[in-house]
Amino acid sequence: MIPLSWYLIFAAGLFSLGLFGVLARRNAVAILLGVELMLNAVNINLAAFWRYGNVTDMTGQVFAIIVFAVAAAEVAVGLALVISVYRSRNTVVADEIDMLKW
Amino acid sequence: MDFLKDPLKLAADWLIGLMTGWGMPEGVAAGVAAFLGIFVLIAILMVIDIFLVWLERKVVARFQDRIGPNRLGPFGLIQPFADIIKLLIKEDITPANADKVVYNLAPMLSMMSVLILWAIIPLAPSMLGVDLNVAALYIIATGAIGTLSIIMAGWSSNNKFALLGAFRQVAVMVSFEIPMVASLLIPTVLAGSMGMNAIIEKQDIWFFILSPLGALIFLIAAIAELGRAPFDMGEAESELISGYNVEYSGMKFGMFYAGELLHAFTFGGFWGILFFGGYRFFGLEQVSPFLSIPILLFKAVIGYWIIMWVKYTMMRIRIDHMLAFNWKFLTPLSFALLIVTALVHALAKDAALWVYGLSMFLSNLVLGWIVVEFLRRYSRAEREKVEGPARPAMEAAGH
Amino acid sequence: MTTAQIIFLVVAAVTLVSAFMVVTTRNLIHAALWLVATLFGVAVTYALLNANFLAVVQVVVYIGAIAILFIFAVMLTRKEMRDQGPQLNSAWWISALLAVLTFGGLVGMLWGWKGMDTLASEMPVGFDSVSALGDALISPNAFVLPFEVASVLLLAALVGAVYVAFNPRSGDSRK
Repeated sequence: MIPLSWYLIFAAGLFSLGLFGVLARRNAVAILLGVELMLNAVNINLAAFWRYGNVTDMTGQVFAIIVFAVAAAEVAVGLALVISVYRSRNTVVADEIDMLKW
Repeated sequence: MDFLKDPLKLAADWLIGLMTGWGMPEGVAAGVAAFLGIFVLIAILMVIDIFLVWLERKVVARFQDRIGPNRLGPFGLIQPFADIIKLLIKEDITPANADKVVYNLAPMLSMMSVLILWAIIPLAPSMLGVDLNVAALYIIATGAIGTLSIIMAGWSSNNKFALLGAFRQVAVMVSFEIPMVASLLIPTVLAGSMGMNAIIEKQDIWFFILSPLGALIFLIAAIAELGRAPFDMGEAESELISGYNVEYSGMKFGMFYAGELLHAFTFGGFWGILFFGGYRFFGLEQVSPFLSIPILLFKAVIGYWIIMWVKYTMMRIRIDHMLAFNWKFLTPLSFALLIVTALVHALAKDAALWVYGLSMFLSNLVLGWIVVEFLRRYSRAEREKVEGPARPAMEAAGH
Repeated sequence: MTTAQIIFLVVAAVTLVSAFMVVTTRNLIHAALWLVATLFGVAVTYALLNANFLAVVQVVVYIGAIAILFIFAVMLTRKEMRDQGPQLNSAWWISALLAVLTFGGLVGMLWGWKGMDTLASEMPVGFDSVSALGDALISPNAFVLPFEVASVLLLAALVGAVYVAFNPRSGDSRK
């Protein structure tokens, strides 16, 4: 049997890797890839707590599904923004997208 | 008698007994037996696949008023083996600027996405890989892996035609996934479960009779998912040479080709399972799995033949027409059908069986009639916009 | 060590290595393909947790839609960066430090928690988690409201994405 801690540490590792990707990558698409990793890490935690808690209480799985929906929405809008910015500025480097900075 | 009832379990028990007799722990023996089962299933599928090549060539020849392969062996049955030997000894070319790992991974993924579908196909009540309670969604999930293999093949070939073909094919597959999900939900609503066995057991009346429109939508979405004509935008020989697999040669191309044929056969089988009662045929399935397997395979071949029939009689549709057809017609229709099915099911499920069946069938018929009427009005309005007020002669000539 | 533990360790190792490749690979298409491997590992983790529905939806939504969308987006925005030049910004070591600190902090915080070594209870016999999930999602005294809000969010995102990415110059002339 697998103790709960294994899942939690696994999720923590995945979350940290995603965090590194979000903070360190220059390409805006790659930043979104990092965000996906972080969301997945959260989902593993939700599923693990569902399984190790009261199984008949579906809260954990329901939240995981709502995270799926949010992730899909986030990617659709995020990538649309990236493509739109790429059209007008010809760059996807996050540092160079500074139109709102004075 | 036991052997006729449940040969698989008997064989597995015998194998496990044999291996534990050799001093193997129980768990390992069970694992080895399961592995052997998978191995045998895949081997049988591959043999079926070889004969599908022959079947496809024979059928297309008949559709085109030819005879087809008839030189090697009786009815040309040895021909596919010659084809395979040719594919195997052909030079295996990897383009110089291709992304080698991804390039070689793509045909494997393509084949895999088809083979793992067979994990959930019930050949007989007791004969299936796993009775997943999310089997209907599993079909979509394997389709997602197939989509991935196509875009990998198109991108890694480093060829603009391959990439264009992959783009088109993926756009079609991703968008036709939606009516596919909706039409898979119709058997789910009718049976109250996503498990394949549960869906088959509920079909005292074939779901095709309860929901003919649903079966039709599933067939259309399946053909699009397979990338066969009239939805074969990704291959489109006349414009894109042959699309995403243009750079592949030898057995790597063979994997795509064999995967496509087996995929079509598998979806024929799913059509049979979801809408035509799967292995059930007037109680014969209760007698022995040796009877139910031929029944299922027969239904799968019928489904496969219909898919071939569509492929060889329809023209290719333009990509924008195809996507418009999906988003503006098939998707709304499938959702409307799902709502109607769920409503009628909720209202009539406690009524007598014939009342339930009749109301289901009639609701489908009414919805179908509304759709056809709507389409007729729309096309007439469009035509009048182009040609002015209706002229009977032009109507006959079409446009 | 039981079989389940070995499977978990292998899956977790593969997933973490692929996740590492996602954030460090230079070629963005490769990063997206590594993301697919990661997502697949997470799907297997769900299967290990007996969350069948989540495992299948993970493959359908993440691999079938999100990863494909990423690959498309990378191809549509590729001309500029073409895998040359630095892929990480100049302060990447601060980010690495922060990530390590986050991981250390999370593990350290969890270490003292007494629920750490909980083992999963057996799944109740005859309990169908998929139908229970379906009931929970549409039952008025459970999660019907969040579920509906999520669908509205998806619709809004769909409309928003089409509006933002729509290019008026190349658009249909009839509109």
